[in-house]
Amino acid sequence: MAKSNKHQSAKQGHLHDHDHDHCEHHEHPSTHHSGRATIHPLTRREFLHNGLVMASTAAIVPAFLQRSAFAAAAQQPDQPVGAKPGVDEDRVLVIVELGGGNDGLNTVIPYGDDNYYRARPGIAIPAAQALRIDGSSRNGLGLHPNMTDMQSLANDGRMGVVLGAGYPNPNRSHFVSMDIWHTADPSGGRGLGWVGQSLDQKIQAYPNADHSTACIAIGNSVPLATQGKNAKALTFQNERLFQWVGGELHPELGRQYQKLNRTGNHIASTAGGNLDPVSSEASFLMRTSLDAQVASDRIRSAVAAGTLTSFPGGDLANQLRLVSAMIRANMPTRVYYTRLGGFDTHANQPNGHGQRLQQFSQAMGAFYRELDELGASDRVLTVAFSEFGRRVAQNASNGTDHGTAGPMFLFGPMARPGWLGQQPNLTKLDQGDLIHTVDFRSIYASILTDWLGVEQDRVLGQAFQPANVLNL
Amino acid sequence: MPPTTPPQTPPHTPTSPTQPSFASSTDSPQQVSASTRSTSRRMSTQATPTISTSLASIPKSDFGYTQAQHLLGRAGLGGTPQQILALQQMGLDDAVDHLVEYESIPTNDALSNPSVNPDILRPPTDEERRAARRNRNQPISQAERDRLRAIRLQQLANDRTQMGDLERWWLSQFIMTPRPLEEKLVLLWHSHFASNHRTVRDSYLMIKQNVLFRNQAKNFPALARGIVHDPAMLKFLNNDRNNKRQPNENLAREIMELFTLGEGNYRENDIKQGARALTGYSVQDNEFRFYANQHDSGEKTILGQRGQFDGDDFVNILLQQKQTARFIAYKIYRHFVADVSDFTEDMPPYTQSVIAQLAKLVVRHKGDLNPILKTLFKSRHFYDTNIVGNKIKTPIELVVGTTRSLGSPPRDIDVLASAIEQMGQKLFDPPSVAGWTVGRGWINASTLYTRQNLAVYQITGKMPYQDQWNRSELGYDPMDLIATLPNRDNPSPEMVVDHLMAALLAGEQIRRARRAQLLEFMHSRTGPVNADRIVALLLLITALPEYQLC
Repeated sequence: MAKSNKHQSAKQGHLHDHDHDHCEHHEHPSTHHSGRATIHPLTRREFLHNGLVMASTAAIVPAFLQRSAFAAAAQQPDQPVGAKPGVDEDRVLVIVELGGGNDGLNTVIPYGDDNYYRARPGIAIPAAQALRIDGSSRNGLGLHPNMTDMQSLANDGRMGVVLGAGYPNPNRSHFVSMDIWHTADPSGGRGLGWVGQSLDQKIQAYPNADHSTACIAIGNSVPLATQGKNAKALTFQNERLFQWVGGELHPELGRQYQKLNRTGNHIASTAGGNLDPVSSEASFLMRTSLDAQVASDRIRSAVAAGTLTSFPGGDLANQLRLVSAMIRANMPTRVYYTRLGGFDTHANQPNGHGQRLQQFSQAMGAFYRELDELGASDRVLTVAFSEFGRRVAQNASNGTDHGTAGPMFLFGPMARPGWLGQQPNLTKLDQGDLIHTVDFRSIYASILTDWLGVEQDRVLGQAFQPANVLNL
Repeated sequence: MPPTTPPQTPPHTPTSPTQPSFASSTDSPQQVSASTRSTSRRMSTQATPTISTSLASIPKSDFGYTQAQHLLGRAGLGGTPQQILALQQMGLDDAVDHLVEYESIPTNDALSNPSVNPDILRPPTDEERRAARRNRNQPISQAERDRLRAIRLQQLANDRTQMGDLERWWLSQFIMTPRPLEEKLVLLWHSHFASNHRTVRDSYLMIKQNVLFRNQAKNFPALARGIVHDPAMLKFLNNDRNNKRQPNENLAREIMELFTLGEGNYRENDIKQGARALTGYSVQDNEFRFYANQHDSGEKTILGQRGQFDGDDFVNILLQQKQTARFIAYKIYRHFVADVSDFTEDMPPYTQSVIAQLAKLVVRHKGDLNPILKTLFKSRHFYDTNIVGNKIKTPIELVVGTTRSLGSPPRDIDVLASAIEQMGQKLFDPPSVAGWTVGRGWINASTLYTRQNLAVYQITGKMPYQDQWNRSELGYDPMDLIATLPNRDNPSPEMVVDHLMAALLAGEQIRRARRAQLLEFMHSRTGPVNADRIVALLLLITALPEYQLC
């Protein structure tokens, strides 16, 4: 079991302020600019520097903060954040959670299988409408007709669909099954999140680096997946809430807030009695507050700068627009977490489900068009999952009830394109439900090992054969 | 608000443990060695600060408003300027008695009894099980299977609803209770003996565990003995699957590592033997049940003691260990005094010294927290300027403290609960058996904004997305906060700033450092200090990074 707060406490033991050098990237010095292919993360040093300049506070940064940000960076040898050699540290993972239990059989249509049409007389997608993927040797599978953007992505070699992903002894409760996917623990979804534990490894490997923006979750709750022992996601619904809202009551309050939160030198020298001022909790908070102002400025100006391409409306597209803006602004963020709900289609499924899939598909299409314009597609892998698929047979309300296995989606030029793995058999069922053909943890294993460069067995509790889903 | 007359000595007498516990008081306390690992110590490059390590009481004359504010923030959950003043006027001894011996304060009847349905997820009774077994060979149709599955999912949904109700109840209790230390202790034990609803998935068992923490809040031996009979914990750590044929070591391990001794103070074999002692400790129909036929009644050797121990004996052996006293002293210290490392060698020497002294008290008083907390809350160390205002508020302390300090309406309890969750703390759902994080672990850029923005809502009633706001939504009179000022009708900006800072910011250094900036704002406005100016000042004070400290 988890040990109590070891790293957190150990972190307290460090000065915890002089760690802003981890984003140095030897191969791509940040002064090198030659067109869009040179998009690369700013160094932490530049990040902080630009942030401070943007905030017009460079001149009044307390001395101890300058030391923390600049002097310490100069003292320490530059090092990449990766726990594994050979893994580029500007790689980004975007997670799209499809909440409610996406009906896999009406997403990836097994139009070649008559059993599909027999089980779903009221809601099956006609074979003629299913969207084919070019060059796919596998016949009989197509995408829902609303997913034209994703069809194009697949045809461009930038989307792979993992068929029949699930886990043993599936749980049909939304909450339990979602916890299982978030923790990669099929025994009941206990413990910490798979992303959080991955980032814990980075923290452990580079305790002096700044990991504060390593993970950003868009939304109003912290996804369990991002919860590490030490790693913690930045979470905000939108950029408007990633700042102090008191200023909305009166502009003068906003001005006063800036003064109080960007100037902490009064405190550092006096708070905490005669304890070391740099290590007092007051100065830690002041540093975090200053970091927060910088990150807020940066994120809000990134969002204000907008995107190069246009995005459709809708919840997921809005979130991915924010993510694009942050990638464009070279946030040193490794993992972004986004969510699209509404997949719990127990009744009158066709319209609602079709709209959800359209949102999903259009948002993904827009996201990768924007990333192409930014020249960033190569470093952004997106994975989409749902907590379970749905029952093979439709119910009496033209809907479907909670089921088991379903498709996962991988996006980006590094994804192996097309249909991946084996579509579950529609006649060999377990209590009316599909039997999974691939354990989702072997997909995680590939992402952890090949993309994030962390030790997958320490995250998954055991070593999995990584699924062959990435071309790297 | 504390009564202005000292409370009577409460009728409550702490229950003595029935078994001898901890090492006898004649034993010398364990020596805590100073660190040699200079690289990971915060103080390593600094001269040792002068900080009192004494648990002797401060002079009674030193108990001023600042000390009362500190006491109410740490031993309580904060209070209005008037409440702080009332506590100060009680004097040190009575003020501490008032907070610690809270049994003499009547509870708030409207809140003290949540309504709970124990049977939402009640497992089948023996009778029902037998009936099911008789029907086992009957074929079951898909429709029937679907029906049963739907019932089960509905039960789980109902259980989550009840857990949400109980979470709201407990949060309300934090805000309204006249016995703030009781809730703080329940929260300490909830994080020390941590189970979560996410895993246990039974709201009744979670609230039952909460009642154990409540009834034995100041009696550690009773808590430790109770936890091996607690259905939520037995389920959470799989002891319901611990039987003599297939021992499950989960509970035995965590009892030693996280509940009593601390990591590294036992051997793997002690865990194995402890797990054998705990075999048969299980749950039946919401209650603890001992299954003698699953219990391994053979001889065990645990920490050098040999006997045919059962789970209760196992806990008693752990309670005899000096290391347990030290570990509990550390947990109490971390909860009430300072955010310290869980590694002795990473602690500064003055922290080690105070914890060693507290551990002696734990031994002397056999785990009864009444005298220990009283000593601590009167001590020179507790009121040292290096301790005051140098601890980060937990989300609960922050949110509850803001409402209690302003005397403002509690607002929408769901909004508060959801914000507290965003800050990383969901009642009944600590992240793991190791409990919640402490100190700096609570803070990052987004939790800091959530902390500051929720205060805006608490002070004004304005939700972040709300564009129009009317001051009638305040729901309280901010002028009440300066009611005790001598010239309350036309107070000077200086008096108002000093008065509100003294109530809301812990520690004189912090107040001194921020005074000029806040005054500058007050002087930038014209006219007498009115409710709007008070609200503006409250917004700025709660938006200071230092407001996160207590």
